[in-house]
Amino acid sequence: MNDFIKLEGIQHQFEKEQVLKSVDLAIPQGQLFGLLGPSGSGKTTMVKIMIGLLNPTKGTVSIDNTEMPSLKQLQQIGYMAQNDALYSELTGRQNLEFFASIYGIPKKERTARVNEAAKIVNLNDHLNKTLEHYSGGMKRRMSLAVALLHRPSLLILDEPTVGIDPVLRASIWKDLKKIQAAGTTIIITTHVMDEAEKCDELALLRDGYMIAKGSPAELKEKSNTETIEGAFLYFGKSQQVEVG
Amino acid sequence: MRVNAIIKRIVQQMLGDKRSTALMFIAPLFVMTLLWLVLDMEEYEPVIALTDVPDSIQEVLEEQDASFSKMTMEEAEVALKRQEIDAQFAWKNQQMNITMEGSDPTATSAVQRVLNEASKQMNPGNLQVDIKFLHGSTDVKLFDNVGPVLIGFFVFFFTFIIGGVSFLRERTQGTLERLLATPLKRWEIVTGYLSGFGIFIILQSIIVAAFSIYVLDIYMAGSFLAVILIAILLAITALSLGTLLSAYAKNEFQMIQFIPIVIVPQVFFAGIFHTESIAWLDAFGKIMPLYYGADALKEVMIRGQQLSDVWGDIGILIGFSVVFILLNIAALKRHRKL
Repeated sequence: MNDFIKLEGIQHQFEKEQVLKSVDLAIPQGQLFGLLGPSGSGKTTMVKIMIGLLNPTKGTVSIDNTEMPSLKQLQQIGYMAQNDALYSELTGRQNLEFFASIYGIPKKERTARVNEAAKIVNLNDHLNKTLEHYSGGMKRRMSLAVALLHRPSLLILDEPTVGIDPVLRASIWKDLKKIQAAGTTIIITTHVMDEAEKCDELALLRDGYMIAKGSPAELKEKSNTETIEGAFLYFGKSQQVEVG
Repeated sequence: MRVNAIIKRIVQQMLGDKRSTALMFIAPLFVMTLLWLVLDMEEYEPVIALTDVPDSIQEVLEEQDASFSKMTMEEAEVALKRQEIDAQFAWKNQQMNITMEGSDPTATSAVQRVLNEASKQMNPGNLQVDIKFLHGSTDVKLFDNVGPVLIGFFVFFFTFIIGGVSFLRERTQGTLERLLATPLKRWEIVTGYLSGFGIFIILQSIIVAAFSIYVLDIYMAGSFLAVILIAILLAITALSLGTLLSAYAKNEFQMIQFIPIVIVPQVFFAGIFHTESIAWLDAFGKIMPLYYGADALKEVMIRGQQLSDVWGDIGILIGFSVVFILLNIAALKRHRKL
């Protein structure tokens, strides 16, 4: 498989604090790739650098052989931020329609796409409410729907399942698998270990270092542990950079 | 087009937030009305006590705009202390002795005016004057003089607040970053924002100007269209300045902190006070957009000038807007370098 996303020598510094300390990462097309790490480990920074919302202090990012930031690539990316980033005065439908027109979805298709995205996150019945009346979990789902609207070929989701109940979480994972099966590359950040198990490959992040990379099975085998959590502890101690 | 999507969204948001919309349209009218009530009042009529004043003089005095009552020395002294009267006129040794209460300059000058008028009547023929007005008339009261400045100021102030805070909220709630994660170009975001609010700004300018001129009957010698156009230009400057400064505020509170620093000083240099005598102060005023907006409004409303007479002011306002808009587009680079 060819490398769809390539991060080379990425370093990032906020004022004096070094958030990312030299990260090299390649993600093949079609993968469901997980960035696993505790809060403050640099997951969000890394995701923002990937799509060009942050200029790294050093290093380059390219997606599909195009250096980021690139407006052309952004059209192919669906992004779900950690904060919900929605307009609370507007209804669910108005929010979706707004982003649909930003992504240039033709008017004729817009309603169908809005309904399609809302259906995935199970919000069809709530589209006419303003977001002020949404619960936290509903806003999370709406934010995910926005990311899915334009059928992107790369989906970047920053902590997508926080605050979502287990039933819906399971159904969202099922949908993510379905979206992946249709050819979409998915990058997901999480700090939940059992979610990490569902990814094809994982990068473990800690204190701005990538301490390990590999499939969940490989990571467990290499660290001689039963769980991802155990693997995380093992690699955290040894601070190794590359596995598998 | 994507810019249209932003415009449509802003209109939906404003209609959804009825209170902010009301603030934009009704608050300026409310404050203008209050100022009109305060500034457009008849002149203050002083209350004066007379002690032993001869009847011939009292007759002349009573023709003036003031209320008089006869008091003894002792009564008048007490009344002055209690601030029940503004002054005491006492006749002693063929001479008028006047004691002012003196704490209120308006009352003091009103008493002096009464004295002047009365002495003019008693010694006619001192100086015959016939006053002509190049602009305005004796009917131009304080409110008419500062009114054009106030129209400019309120349009500027409310646009700055609403535009600045709502752009700030885009930043704080993450939607601005979300927009920059789409293929939207930076200029499209700024243009969409300015045009979306532009609709409300134009309405606001029309309403504030029409209300001041037709309801409050502010002195108006020029064309209504010229006033609207200047008000709109001023508002666009305020909007682009507000959105620009919102980049340097972390929250709404920090945005409000720009009011005493950026907005209030502009009033002092917009022609309500005379700053010409201090050169450096006057020069300071010339870096402020409101200075030019207010000047143009005054020229049109009080002196009846045409737009072509104030093209200098208009050009500078457009210049301010263009610079602020370009800086806005550049400020978004902080988020995405493309």
